[in-house]
Amino acid sequence: MKFFKRIIQVFGFTAMAILAITSCKRENKNNQATVIDDASKIHISGEMEAELTAPPFVPAPVGNRSAKKLKIHMEILEKEGTMTDGVKYVYWTFGGSVPGSFIRTRVGDEVEFTLANHPENKLPHNIDLHAVTGPGGGATSSFVAPGHEKMFSFKTLNPGLYVYHCATAPVGMHIANGMYGLILVEPEGGLPKVDKEYYIMQGDFYTKGEYGEPGVQSFDMQKAIDEDADYVVFNGKVGALTGDNAITANVGETVRLFVGNGGPNLTSSFHVIGEIFDNVHIEGGSVLNKNVQTTSIPAGGAAIVDFKVDVPGTFILVDHAIFRAFNKGALAMLKVNGEENKALYSGVVQEGIYNPEGGTIQTMPTDTKETVENKSKKTLQEKISSGKQIYTNTCFACHQANGEGISNAFPPLAKSDYLNADVKRSIDIVLNGKSGEIMVNGAKYNSVMTKQTLTNSEVADVLTYVYNSWGNNKTNVTEMMVLEVKNAH
Amino acid sequence: MPINKEHISSVNKAIVRWGICFVLFWTTHADCQSKMAFITGGTYVPLYGRDSLQVTISNFFMDVYPITNEEFVAFVRKNPKWKKSKAKKLFVDGNYLVQWKSDIELDSSQNLKAPVTSISWFAAIAYCDCQGKRLPTVDEWEYVAMANENLADARPLKTYNQFILSWYEKPKTYNNSIGSTFKNYWGVYDLHGLVWEWTSDFNSVLVSGESRKDVDKDSNLFCGSAAIGATDLMNYAAFMRYAIRGSSKAKYTMRNLGFRCVKDKN
Repeated sequence: MKFFKRIIQVFGFTAMAILAITSCKRENKNNQATVIDDASKIHISGEMEAELTAPPFVPAPVGNRSAKKLKIHMEILEKEGTMTDGVKYVYWTFGGSVPGSFIRTRVGDEVEFTLANHPENKLPHNIDLHAVTGPGGGATSSFVAPGHEKMFSFKTLNPGLYVYHCATAPVGMHIANGMYGLILVEPEGGLPKVDKEYYIMQGDFYTKGEYGEPGVQSFDMQKAIDEDADYVVFNGKVGALTGDNAITANVGETVRLFVGNGGPNLTSSFHVIGEIFDNVHIEGGSVLNKNVQTTSIPAGGAAIVDFKVDVPGTFILVDHAIFRAFNKGALAMLKVNGEENKALYSGVVQEGIYNPEGGTIQTMPTDTKETVENKSKKTLQEKISSGKQIYTNTCFACHQANGEGISNAFPPLAKSDYLNADVKRSIDIVLNGKSGEIMVNGAKYNSVMTKQTLTNSEVADVLTYVYNSWGNNKTNVTEMMVLEVKNAH
Repeated sequence: MPINKEHISSVNKAIVRWGICFVLFWTTHADCQSKMAFITGGTYVPLYGRDSLQVTISNFFMDVYPITNEEFVAFVRKNPKWKKSKAKKLFVDGNYLVQWKSDIELDSSQNLKAPVTSISWFAAIAYCDCQGKRLPTVDEWEYVAMANENLADARPLKTYNQFILSWYEKPKTYNNSIGSTFKNYWGVYDLHGLVWEWTSDFNSVLVSGESRKDVDKDSNLFCGSAAIGATDLMNYAAFMRYAIRGSSKAKYTMRNLGFRCVKDKN
């Protein structure tokens, strides 16, 4: 009997062991694609300085790079900025912008983080990064007095999009003054490639005066406690992403938005009017939702959304708690350029008189006169600053930040003899593109520049910016000049 | 030329008047700087205290103004070991008197009558010591600083707190002259609105830097953060002072941190 029992026991164990092994195997198979065994064991090779960007831009994707020691140097600045026209506010910032600089890492990176507190600042600060596994998310190790800096390091263990913020008392006040931003931890191999990526973060502000009351507005603690926001905005101010500051894309491109919510109080109902998110990384994590109209972004949370833009036009980004959008500033714009696609969106096909009692439908006479653009004249300075933004969106990648170009590939715009010789030629190139051999500053270039989809005023602005920068001849390119070149074809 | 004469005499009068003012200003001013205000001791509940933890302050004297750049220049002339080139690195960090042009000269952008800043706790102690004085304790400093123009304890007033909070939003106040804020109940100027000030036991209230964690800590700050009830606006202003103290070390210097001295009543 005993013997028998033992046999059964042994058999039982073996069976269990086999079961366990096979179930393990199954689990591995299922999760192969998404789960990295143990991120804490990812080896790092080499080190690099992290690229930090001010909103709405994000650093280059991690792509296939290996995990590295990533050095980040971030400076805290308390400085006055504009909340909306005529309204000033003293922001407390990570890196000089609200939201703070975008940090892009990959899973397994060992981040060496230096937080510097500018000597002119009045207050001590710290940083709590939600991507950190450790006490206070780094806050305990980064508490830093004005005129000093602190360094700490952490390993990124979980891929996702995370909020960082200041956690110095009174925490609510530090966050309400703009001390938040996003840190992205990409999975191994990076996120799927898209055409455009932007960084947007919502925040609520509490000022002594009501919305729009001019002058320097101080922070109002009582309103903050009551959660009675005067401003709910994207990227720290009303109009940070509208008009000339709108983010842009071309028809057919896929746009990814890294959207965060700094709070301190309000949850965002993030929505793009006239678009449907193809994919949403819910709460910035690994779960993908598809075909989403509005996604909830909690205070201190984030989401990654992407969508393909199929038709041209201006798409409005809002907090769909809609009074915030139209009365408190939570409104941004995405301008999509390109060919219309009437099959996807027709525009107005017919306008008629609705007569419930019957009768023949009478069509409204349409105005056949072409609408003349009636824009107020911009000053040179306004054109230059608008041009700079267009440059950053459109030209920067090839011609580089200071117009230096890339030798043998993209001709320089700085002190460029080719550029300064002929304004009309420059306009023509922007409008219609250019290919073939040219000589610029004594060097041969044989490359292709594509036709740029910009409006006349945008062409004028960007060229005015280029001509008024980097030692060029300060030509003020007008819309009229652009129109002339256009009509000459 | 009667018009001219009249003109000249009026100019002369103006010069004389201005001269008198000038002399008066300098003598009284020079006098005031060494002048101290008498503070009648008492009992109060500080930010971090509970009712059971009242603090009792004895009578003492406090400098009416923070120490100025001018006074500190005189101090380092007499005490060369506190010159910025000579000061021991153990006692000052790399930004000690960083804006000064030389060991005994201010930068042209600096105001002689502004409070001296970018000095360490050690340097402040040494200065007061030379005068036969000492730095105030946190409790003494807070006791005097809770006054506004008319009240010894103005902390419950919205205006009092608004004034302090609004200072956080004004840039470069460290270069304003002493006496440019209000004279408080005790006759002391500039406790709020110019610069932070060193205290002798600045690090006795521990702020770990992780303020939310401090809530769970069995330290003074437990009560400190508990005191920051939702309706208690005044403590937000005070808490920032505790935060800046908690972030400091004795050798640290900051552009917005100065000091003044006190003396026991004996």
